[in-house]
Amino acid sequence: MTMVAQTGANTGVQGNKTPDPAKRAASWRAVRRAAITIGLALATYELIARTGSFPRALLPTLPMIVRTLFAMLLDGSMLMHSLYTLYRVLFGFFLAMVVGIPLGILMARFRRVEQFFLPLVSALMPIPSFALVPLFMLWFGIGNLTTIIIVFYAATFPMIFNTWSGVRSVNPLWLRAAGAMGADEHKLFWKVIIPGASPFIITGMRQSFLRAWIAVVGAEMIAASNWGLGWVIFDAKEFLNADIMLASLAVIGFIGFAFERLVFGSLERNTVMRWGMMRSAKS
Amino acid sequence: MPLIEVKDVSLAYDTPAGRVQGVLGATFNMEESEFLCLVGPSGCGKSTLLNIIAGFLTPTGGEILIGGKKVSGHGMDRGVVFQDFAQLFPWRTALGNVAFGLEMKGIGKEEREEIALQQLKLVKLEKFANSYPHHLSGGMQQRVAIARALAYNPAVLLMDEPFAALDAMTRDDMQRLLADVWKTTGKTIIYVTHNVAEAVYLADRVIVMTPHPGTVKAEIPITLPRPRDPLSVEFLDHQKQLLNYLGQGTSKAA
Ligand SMILES: Nc1ncnc2c1ncn2[C@@H]1O[C@H](COP(=O)(O)OP(=O)(O)OP(=O)(O)O)[C@@H](O)[C@H]1O
Ligand SMILES: [Mg+2]
Repeated sequence: MTMVAQTGANTGVQGNKTPDPAKRAASWRAVRRAAITIGLALATYELIARTGSFPRALLPTLPMIVRTLFAMLLDGSMLMHSLYTLYRVLFGFFLAMVVGIPLGILMARFRRVEQFFLPLVSALMPIPSFALVPLFMLWFGIGNLTTIIIVFYAATFPMIFNTWSGVRSVNPLWLRAAGAMGADEHKLFWKVIIPGASPFIITGMRQSFLRAWIAVVGAEMIAASNWGLGWVIFDAKEFLNADIMLASLAVIGFIGFAFERLVFGSLERNTVMRWGMMRSAKS
Repeated sequence: MPLIEVKDVSLAYDTPAGRVQGVLGATFNMEESEFLCLVGPSGCGKSTLLNIIAGFLTPTGGEILIGGKKVSGHGMDRGVVFQDFAQLFPWRTALGNVAFGLEMKGIGKEEREEIALQQLKLVKLEKFANSYPHHLSGGMQQRVAIARALAYNPAVLLMDEPFAALDAMTRDDMQRLLADVWKTTGKTIIYVTHNVAEAVYLADRVIVMTPHPGTVKAEIPITLPRPRDPLSVEFLDHQKQLLNYLGQGTSKAA
C-alpha cells in the first residue's frame, strides 16, 4: 500500500464514521488480486520444477517443500529458529528506536547536535550492514551479541533520519499555538513534537524493521551458531537441502509480511491515518 | 487606564536581502472589552503587529503594555487564532484541542473536558466534540480554534484574518457567530482583516494602517447599534469612509 502524507487542510465535510462496506469490499478485492499473483508465481515454479531439467534435490517441488516445512514445524525446530531470529531482530530494533528517535529529535532541535551527527549519519548509513559482519565477528565473536549489533546498525540510521525529517516538518503553527497556550519545553516535546512528527516516525520504524529483518538473516548466516533462520539456510547447503532452504525462506517472508501488515499497518491505521495526517493512496 | 497600550512599536526583519521594515512606529490604546479591527493593504504589517502583541516577535523599537505590564514573550493572558486551518492539532479531537490550554494549566481531566464542552457549545459545535479536525469543514475548524483560544480564559483574544480563507456565505455566518461570542464573553478582541465590510460589522473602532512600511493612519470609531445591518445606509457610509482612507493611502504610495 502506498501512503501519501497529507499536508493541506481538508476542507470537505465528511461523516464522522467512514462507511465500511465499500472499503471492506475493496480490501477483499486487493486480497484476491494478491492471491492470484502469488498463485501464478507458485504454479510457474511448480511447472519448472516438474519438467525434470533440474535435479530434484536442487529444485524440489512444492509438496516436498511443504512436507519439510510441516516436519520442521512439528518437531519444533522451525519455531526455535524463528524465536532466536525474532529475539535478535526485536532486541536490535528496540535499541535502534531507543537511540534513533531521541537522537533524531535532538538533531532537529539543536543546530550543534545536527552539525556533529549529520556527517556521521550520512557517512555510515550507506555502508551495508552485511559488509560489517566479519569485522564485528572479530570484535564480538559468534552469537547473539554480534547479530544484535548488526541489526542495531542496520536499523538505527533510518530511524534517526526519519525522525530528524519529521521533527523539522512539524507545522510551526502548532508550536506557536501550543506556546501561546502555555506549553513548556517538556509538554511541547511530548504533546506536540512527537505526535506532530509521528507520520515520519512510523515510516522510520517501518524502514528500520525492514532493514533489521534483512540484516538479521544475513548476520546469522555467518555469525550465528546452531539457531536462527539465517543459520539454518546456510547450514542446509552442506547437505544440499534445498527444501529446508526454501521452507525457511517461506517462514522469513511470512514473518516479515506479518510484521509489516499487522504491527505497522495497524499502528498506522490507529494513529496517523485516523488523524488524517496520512492517508492511503486513492485506488 | 487603557487595558492595552501600543507605544511607538516598530520592527525590522533581517533578511538575506537586507532589512525589511515590518511596522513603523504604531501607537494606539485599547479599553477592556473593546472590539478593535486592524485594516490595511496587504503587506503593511498587520500580522507583524499582531504577532508582536501576541509575543511571538520582539519589537525593535517601542513597547506594548497590557494591564500596565510590559509584554515579553507569549503568555496565557492572550489567546491567538490564526488564518490557517492547519493550526489545530490533527491528532486531537475537537474537544482535545479545546482542552489543550487547560491541560497545560494543570486542570484535571474531568473539569477541563467540561469547560471545553461549554466552549464548543459557545461556537455551536458540541455535537462534533469527538471528531478529528480533518473531518470538520474549514469554518468548523476555525470555530474550534476560537473555542480553543477562549477556553483557558485569556483577557485578550488576537485574531489574524481567521475567516479569510472561507467562502463568502460561511464567512457571514462566522462573523455573526463571533459577534455573539464577543457579546457573551465580553472579551477584548484585536481582529486583523483587509475586508472593510467585516471591520464595520464587527468593530467598536477601526485602526487603518498606511501601506508598507505600515503605521497607524487613522482611528475610526464605529458606533452603529448592534446587531448591525450590512445593508443599512449608515453601514455603507462607514464602509465608504474606510475605503476612502485605504484608497488615499494607496494613491499616495504609488
Ligand atoms: N518573516 C518575515 N521575514 C521578512 N520579512 C517579512 C516577514 N514577514 C513579513 N515580512 C515583511 O514585513 C512586511 C509586513 O508583513 P505582514 O505579514 O505583517 O503584512 P500584513 O499586513 O499582515 O499583510 P497581509 O494582509 O498580506 O497578511 C511585508 O513587507 C513583508 O514583506
Ligand atoms: Mg497578514
